Amino acid sequence: MAARPFPLRRAAFSDALGWVAVALVSGFILFPLLAVFWRAGGASLPGPADWSALRFTVLQSVLSAFFSIALAVPVARALARRQFAGRGLMITLLGAPFILPVIVGVLGLLAVFGRSGIVNQAMAWVGLPPVQIYGLHGVVLAHVFFNLPLATRILLQGWQSIPAERFRLAASLGFGPRDVFHLLEWPMLRATLPGVAMVVFAICLSSFAVALTLGGGPRATTVELAIYQAFRFDFDLARAAVLAVIQIALVTLAAMLALRFSLLDGFGRGLDRIPRRWEAETLPLRLLDIVTLALVALFLMLPLGAVIWRGLAGLEGLPPPVWRAAAVSIVMALVSTVLAVGLALALAHLARRWRGIEAVGLLGIAASPLVIGTGIFLLLNPLSDPSRWAFAVTALVNAMAALPFALRVLAPALRDLEKDFGPLADSLGMRGAARLRWLILPRLRRPLGFSAGLAAALSMGDLGVIALFADPERATLPLQILRLMGAYRMDAAAGAALVLLSLSLGLFWLFDRGGRRDADA
Amino acid sequence: MLTLDRLEIRQDSFELHADFALETGTVAAVIGPSGAGKSTLLNVIAGFFAPVAGRVLWEGRDITIMPPAKRPMAMLFQDNNLFPHLTVAQNVSLGIRPDLRLSPDDNTRVALALARVGLEGLDARKPAALSGGQQGRVALARVLVQRRPLILLDEPFAALGPALKAEMLDLVAALAAETGATLLMVSHDPADARRIAPVVILVADGVALPPQPTKAMLDDPPPALRDYLGQ
Repeated sequence: MAARPFPLRRAAFSDALGWVAVALVSGFILFPLLAVFWRAGGASLPGPADWSALRFTVLQSVLSAFFSIALAVPVARALARRQFAGRGLMITLLGAPFILPVIVGVLGLLAVFGRSGIVNQAMAWVGLPPVQIYGLHGVVLAHVFFNLPLATRILLQGWQSIPAERFRLAASLGFGPRDVFHLLEWPMLRATLPGVAMVVFAICLSSFAVALTLGGGPRATTVELAIYQAFRFDFDLARAAVLAVIQIALVTLAAMLALRFSLLDGFGRGLDRIPRRWEAETLPLRLLDIVTLALVALFLMLPLGAVIWRGLAGLEGLPPPVWRAAAVSIVMALVSTVLAVGLALALAHLARRWRGIEAVGLLGIAASPLVIGTGIFLLLNPLSDPSRWAFAVTALVNAMAALPFALRVLAPALRDLEKDFGPLADSLGMRGAARLRWLILPRLRRPLGFSAGLAAALSMGDLGVIALFADPERATLPLQILRLMGAYRMDAAAGAALVLLSLSLGLFWLFDRGGRRDADA
Repeated sequence: MLTLDRLEIRQDSFELHADFALETGTVAAVIGPSGAGKSTLLNVIAGFFAPVAGRVLWEGRDITIMPPAKRPMAMLFQDNNLFPHLTVAQNVSLGIRPDLRLSPDDNTRVALALARVGLEGLDARKPAALSGGQQGRVALARVLVQRRPLILLDEPFAALGPALKAEMLDLVAALAAETGATLLMVSHDPADARRIAPVVILVADGVALPPQPTKAMLDDPPPALRDYLGQ
């Protein structure tokens, strides 16, 4: 029965802050894009190597999406229909790869599937030739490692959207597993799978750190990696700009498709409800699910275990630059976090009335960090030595990358808060700082803590723009690990990776925990 | 005197007209079928929704476009009348200063208000640690420190049991009488009106009728009210 709200200017200042945030975010993303287009304008058309990078990017993304989904379906089904000790823990752990630094995951995969990794040792023991992780299959393997958990969580939500009563009805009608699949599970999958596939596909398109470490060479170079190589090896800014335009077109197309199918909603709650599944209470199906879950747990945990194991050995005698880089990374992560959460809050405030504002936050996804980095480099280069700005630019780009996630968490929370308590606060005259301090900050503690944790962990583990900008004197922890790997100092790299892993998860835990502390009612 | 001067409220196909005045110090119940616009009428008076035409006046002063907090009124909603993360004392203090910067005098007023509603010693509690009736009393203590001449109740006690609700209504009527405040309360229960409100405002068929004596109205209801009451 709500009538037209008053056109009163009672939040003029906070609105102004919101518009400043809109201007900052869109300016920070659009100006570099313009610089890229402008620089690419006079450049030559893409050459064979560029087209090959484009082909490889699409090919590896398709394969990564396909395998992630093919594996996620049985895993999600097993989780959806089995109750067992540790199920909740397993679902929580499935959220971990999202905040796991890519370089740490790669080191773990190398420890398992690399030249002298566990798998090859086993192969040699049996007398088989070693497997090679570098190249297309290594890139796809790493992408499956990172995206299988995300795909599983989204599919699990799909399964849980099927009402328990349907399964009861199915049991009373004597459905077998095949009938349940055809009549209940397949319709859900048909509606969900395209969206999941597009999300994974879109994420893999912007793959840089994985391609940098496991790909490379003319046959396994993504567009993002090609941008980096054009910078670092040839210092061919025109070519970098042309590649950046290709990347923009690719990601925009994929993002539009992904948004059409579904929205990224991997951190949903309420994954603990398990309807009874009479048709699945057979020994073969039970064994199938147990084996599936055991294998996927092994696939996800073994690399992490290997990083921790090797890291503990390498922890002693870590070179001083590692600790310096760790300190730099912590400061940058905190700066990015403050920026991302502050901007997200200001945008969420506006998004209450102008829903379209949320799209501004999504710009950060559409434009990949390396493209933005290229643009900023082009803008800075005539004015100053860009490497002097490496840390500032990286912190800003990381904040933009975390912004969409923070906004997706905060915008609905703020909307609910204003719906519940806005009228009371209005009637009491709580405005501006008083409203922020006594209403918004305390009531949004949980989502603020969670989004700050996400932003901090994502920024901590990021290996993107910094690789483009940094000179040998400057490094974040992920870049330092990359350099140690490049120098074949794998023990030190593993030790540093353990430090990075602890810092990323630790920051996430601290912020998330801080948001939950004595959050009553 | 609260004056609704040819007030016209409209939203989509919903429409409500009101053109009457209410004497200062009166306790009036707003009754009528659900969906007739009782809450909307209160929200327009409180400044949460804008009318498409007409004026709202308090003691002859036009307050039609004044923001809610500036109006000479305190309002209690159907729910969410307390902030769950703030203590009882803080919730009451918000009625004095929305930034909670209270002087010692202000603190005394808060303590006195809490004592008046029978909540001494509970000032450090959070609302979740109180019963429904106690939560209602905290909200009333805040209304008390707000010292506004007009009190609007949008069924804040509807979720309480009958005995507790009656107790709350008696308390609110007593507080209004002590301060000389005008009280306007939405209710879907005629017994509430009989209990504390000498006059009723019937909202039905797109019109809010001028205040009528409660007993006469309820004993011999007009057709619209008769349908609603089921008599």
